[in-house]
Amino acid sequence: MSTIAVIAEARAGQLKKVSLEAVGAAKELAETAGGGTVVALVAGNGLDSAKQGLAASGADKVIAIESGDLENYSGSAYCEAIATELAKLAPAAVLAPASAMGRDLAPRIAAKLDTGLVSDVTALHFEDGKFGATKPVFAGKAYKKSMFDASPFMATLRPNNWEPTSGDGAEVSDAPASISADTLRAIVKEIVAGASDRIPLQEAKVVVSGGRGLKGPENFHLVEDLAAAFGPGVAAVGASRAVVDAGWREHREQVGQTGKVVAPTLYIAVGISGAIQHLAGMSTSRFIVAINKDENAPIFKVADYGIVADAFEVVPALTEAIKAAVAH
Amino acid sequence: MEIVVCIKRVAATDSVIKVGGDGKSIDTGGVEFDINPYDEFAVEEAIKTKETVGAGSVTVVTLGSEDSQKELRTCLAMGADKAVLIKPGDLELDAANTAKIVAEYVKSIPHDLVFCGKQAVDSDDSQFPARLSQLLGMACVTEVQTLEFADGAFTAARDIEGAREVVHCPTPAVISTNKGLNTPRRPNLKGIMAAKKKPLEMIDAAAIEPATRVAELTLPPARPEGKILDNVDDLVAALKNDAKVL
Repeated sequence: MSTIAVIAEARAGQLKKVSLEAVGAAKELAETAGGGTVVALVAGNGLDSAKQGLAASGADKVIAIESGDLENYSGSAYCEAIATELAKLAPAAVLAPASAMGRDLAPRIAAKLDTGLVSDVTALHFEDGKFGATKPVFAGKAYKKSMFDASPFMATLRPNNWEPTSGDGAEVSDAPASISADTLRAIVKEIVAGASDRIPLQEAKVVVSGGRGLKGPENFHLVEDLAAAFGPGVAAVGASRAVVDAGWREHREQVGQTGKVVAPTLYIAVGISGAIQHLAGMSTSRFIVAINKDENAPIFKVADYGIVADAFEVVPALTEAIKAAVAH
Repeated sequence: MEIVVCIKRVAATDSVIKVGGDGKSIDTGGVEFDINPYDEFAVEEAIKTKETVGAGSVTVVTLGSEDSQKELRTCLAMGADKAVLIKPGDLELDAANTAKIVAEYVKSIPHDLVFCGKQAVDSDDSQFPARLSQLLGMACVTEVQTLEFADGAFTAARDIEGAREVVHCPTPAVISTNKGLNTPRRPNLKGIMAAKKKPLEMIDAAAIEPATRVAELTLPPARPEGKILDNVDDLVAALKNDAKVL
């Protein structure tokens, strides 16, 4: 029976939901590949809660690598500690979340194990004895399916694409952290938390984005008020490239090909014309609402519902109507 | 300080993507190509760092077809000192052999700092900088948004989910750049004229096979036709009753 390894993610000792999604994906892949043992690895410091979470995740085995040197994420140290355990496990496949940590860590491990890696995948394959994966390319304008010649198979998984699973208590063991002093070069000195009421753009159920149609940064409160109308922790504020480049908003809010790719349940575009690079970043949202004065704006081609009107008139009314609807 | 910048020629972000006849790559007909946007921040930061330190050189390296000379000349016009084009010939490229081929070359020249864009906007892999650092045995900080050098080390900030990490790292190192780090300069006429005389070397890639092969490239399904509504009440009713998101 082959082994499928999952690199789980814990931040400040807390297991991230993407880790459970990765276990879910690993179980599904094991089934497709005709059976296999799912082993979840987690690195960090003070991992009791993460170990408990993984023990009940549906994984068959959990290996925890704990060390004070792993308190904060360090790409090189996590790579060395996890790659050492992977070498012992000799898995057929290694899966990790395509989170900020996974994006940095997985390619280091792939290089160390001298194998391939498909990043940010939305589907996993096992065909004719070979592993493969499909991922969005060109920010979602196309999808690329790649098959593996090398071993182990490695992929990072796009968040919110697999269901987290649960299961009976897995066997949990501890592994020593093998980290040479030379490895600890880049060190996290500080983690500055963002505003606590702000949910990350890619995790929000609703995204309300504003563009040049708002005429100036001082009018962005229209978009912020509309987002807030959905209630606390539901909606995030996004922005078009034009307004980020103009300095109205920060880059972390940019949706599109040189910003973030989002796929919320509801995406509301306010005063955004819908340049190709913007559409690439949001057109897999479940429902899209567009509010724009120009009836020929390309945003209406991808919108499920559109209102051709001035944002300054429609958005305050919509904010009140959403508030009323949410309150009921 | 010897600085290397790795860049890639990619389809411009305003391109409409169509699948080519082989079913595995894009149809390049009518597509404009440009330097990868995240790599522009890397080139700018490399030139800025050289100007601050006041010594050494900036070498721009790419792996790609001879068409990439255009993007390399742009980097030279911005202020890089030399350019190297590694030609892959018939090799299929993935993140694994791309990093190995470039690492092989970078090992042969002095490299105190390597700057790369955080990801190429065609393959969207975001693997190259971390792989390169591993292959070169260098420290690595990815997706940086602020950067300050002092006493043979640097401090960089990078965004993670819901927070910002501040990282301290000694050089030598590989640094990948995110949007927001700087505003890339536009080449001026003097720079463009000077670039014509700067060295641009072309070499063949080492014959290293990829770890993965493309099986298929497909387009996402088109979205169904939408409805234009007259007012906010109709919209809220649609969100409630049809979409069921309220």
